[in-house]
Amino acid sequence: MTVDDEVTNLCETYLDNAATTPMCPEAIEAMRPFYDGAYANPSGAHRMARDAMRAVNDARDLLAELWGAEPGEIVFCSGATEADNLAVFGVAGGTASSTVGGTSGGVAGGTSRDNTSNQILCSAIEHPAVLAPVERLGGRAVGVDSLGVLDLDELAEMSDENTAFVSVMLVNNESGVIQPLAEVAEVLAECAPQAVLHTDAVQAMSWLDVAELAGPAQLVSFSAHKFGGPKGVGALIVRDGVKLQPLVLGGGQERDRRGGTHNVAGIVAMAAAAAATSANRETTVARVAKLRDRLADYLKATVPDVVETGVTETGVTEIGAAAASTTDRSRKIAGSCHLCFGGVESEELLFLLEREGVFASAASSCASGAFEPSHVLAAMGYNRNLDKGSLRLSLGSTTTEADIDRACSVIPNAVAQLRRAAA
Amino acid sequence: MASKVMVAMSGGVDSSVAAALLAEAGHEVIGVTMKLWGGASDTGCCSVSDVDDARRVCDHLGIEHHVFNFGEEFNEKVVAPYVAHHKAGFTPNPCVDCNRHIKFDRLLKRADALGFDAVATGHHARIVRVAGGLRSAEGTAGAGFVTMPRLARGVDAAKDQSYVLWMLSETQLERLLLPVGEMNKQQVREVAERLGIRTAQKPDSQDVCFITKSQGRRRFLESRMEATPGQVVTKDGAEVGSVPGVEFVTIGQRRWLGLEGGGEPMFALDVDIAEAKVVVGSHNDRLVEAQPITAVEWVGEPVGEAVDELIDEPVERSLSVQCRSHGQVSEGRVVCDEVGNNYILWNEPQPRVAPGQSIVFYEGDIVVGGATASRSKKQTAGNIAAIGVAQ
Repeated sequence: MTVDDEVTNLCETYLDNAATTPMCPEAIEAMRPFYDGAYANPSGAHRMARDAMRAVNDARDLLAELWGAEPGEIVFCSGATEADNLAVFGVAGGTASSTVGGTSGGVAGGTSRDNTSNQILCSAIEHPAVLAPVERLGGRAVGVDSLGVLDLDELAEMSDENTAFVSVMLVNNESGVIQPLAEVAEVLAECAPQAVLHTDAVQAMSWLDVAELAGPAQLVSFSAHKFGGPKGVGALIVRDGVKLQPLVLGGGQERDRRGGTHNVAGIVAMAAAAAATSANRETTVARVAKLRDRLADYLKATVPDVVETGVTETGVTEIGAAAASTTDRSRKIAGSCHLCFGGVESEELLFLLEREGVFASAASSCASGAFEPSHVLAAMGYNRNLDKGSLRLSLGSTTTEADIDRACSVIPNAVAQLRRAAA
Repeated sequence: MASKVMVAMSGGVDSSVAAALLAEAGHEVIGVTMKLWGGASDTGCCSVSDVDDARRVCDHLGIEHHVFNFGEEFNEKVVAPYVAHHKAGFTPNPCVDCNRHIKFDRLLKRADALGFDAVATGHHARIVRVAGGLRSAEGTAGAGFVTMPRLARGVDAAKDQSYVLWMLSETQLERLLLPVGEMNKQQVREVAERLGIRTAQKPDSQDVCFITKSQGRRRFLESRMEATPGQVVTKDGAEVGSVPGVEFVTIGQRRWLGLEGGGEPMFALDVDIAEAKVVVGSHNDRLVEAQPITAVEWVGEPVGEAVDELIDEPVERSLSVQCRSHGQVSEGRVVCDEVGNNYILWNEPQPRVAPGQSIVFYEGDIVVGGATASRSKKQTAGNIAAIGVAQ
């Protein structure tokens, strides 16, 4: 590493923890033996294999405890995209009457009654890993309110005794808004007793007690790299009694629910990261929430024409006055600061922030690396003028006061530069 | 002088070499790939594999690469008008519209906002400076002799793309760099090979980026509009064939008109959407003395002796006129009739140009202006005679 590289690294302010988190030391340490000496395939019969399998099952036991599941309910896989696909196709796929390749124009909205049915429902703000499979099966989307919270009345209206599968994420990846999963389960118990409830808990693990909050769901998706673990490993909880068709057939691993040699190092590291996350959660949440509040309050006080998504303003806030006392962020996870700047384009803002060493995100990016218009903000009723200027600053357990100082000094200038250019 | 340059990179060899040459010359260069089209594409500049090519070329050159999503604007300003124009019986140049509204408007403005000094592309065209004549510099009392930028044909005549860039204004040209326009294609590929650029042998893309080779223009349009089946008739009104959609017929086309083979080649002379008719005739029938045009624009003021004329006045001298992106040039004058309609009065009769096509005016190699072909008026001896050079 050259001196220049070191200087550059010192200037990195990483505020994209919703995209991925740095690996925690515990996870890195946990992986090492399985690349070094304990490399055996856990599906084998010899002692080395049995040792590897023991590591996988120790991890399974630990995760089961942290996630509020039985060990046998955990299906390890390659990440949350696979877990979501397995949930939708593995459970809903068997019940969908419509053929594969259904609609092409996205998941049908709440009011249309064309070829879609009420058999498969998901929230309109799901990650594409849920939306695209639900769309493939001809499912329908349930709307959210302007704060980004699922519309429970609409859910009640759309669900009936034919509803077989419902997916509602625990925390939205763009807005950071927590979804009322317990209430969702109550609505379904009343209106759609047959329905299996799936939740994508990917964004929740770092901030919330998932064991409790995801409890009402029969299927729960996880991804290790969102809470300090490595990329390429995740899990789906499949509660006892839920019938699941495997997507990946092969050597019968994971009780015939997911074929393929176990990612031993990844699974072990995921458990280590989950344990570290859970142990430190309370202090992390308290610390990061303060940082987030400072960041959001400062930006709203310094930059005119900005909207913070998913919060309620309970008083009139003068520009420059302390806004903290009037802003209710209780619907959001502690690490989420999501803002929309009027008259600014995200791509331009992110470009300028990157130049200043601040790394953040806007909506979700597509395969080419371009940002697509946000379906989440659209579902929340934001117009294109405002959602064009969205900025997702997602804090994590490694975010420091210095990071927030840097963001506070860089962002207002960048917004001002772009507004001057547009004027 | 080194400056901050944003290079629009399609993933092809020309823009890769443009970026490489500018970086080599010491400019601070970043590569940008515009994501324009979200639908199927096999020839264009925004498929994921093309973005990957551009990204890997930038990695190789050690420059930053970014992707800008202009998909909404592209749909609004290029694709939707493309369909609407066909519906109305015009044959638009979508690449011209894209250059006008996206590459040299949207991207240029973004480069401005982000603090770049210039935008570069891999187009085969050159920017030259011409004597601007005596004119007052803004804010000064006296007149000084200044030079102005002009677009000129690229060195490689076979690859010249000045036609699709004709709309560039002096202001835009001042901020634009076209490094490969000074080279022929062979030299471009040699530079790419020398620098180890992976796209050195990538085939040229020539077609409209949002229309796939496998589907073609007609099927693209059919999925977006209702086609009007029509008769194919001769000038005398005799029915000689039929087409599934008159909107898909381009003036000048010879094939797909449902005509019987043999005999003299027949060309589409006129398309009447309202009457659902395509008129066909012989090559001689296509020839016109005056080509109606609309939306005439000049690049700055006309070059040369006409400098003291108002820019929206016709030019009373012969220009080289090009009516297709790789078409021949023909000589003619831009004139207007007594009611203000513009025409090109050809020195020798020329085939009529499909309405909607760009018509570009050159003096020598230099683009001096352009216009859009409009629909033929019902021309009688009377109003042809009325066409004259307006003063």
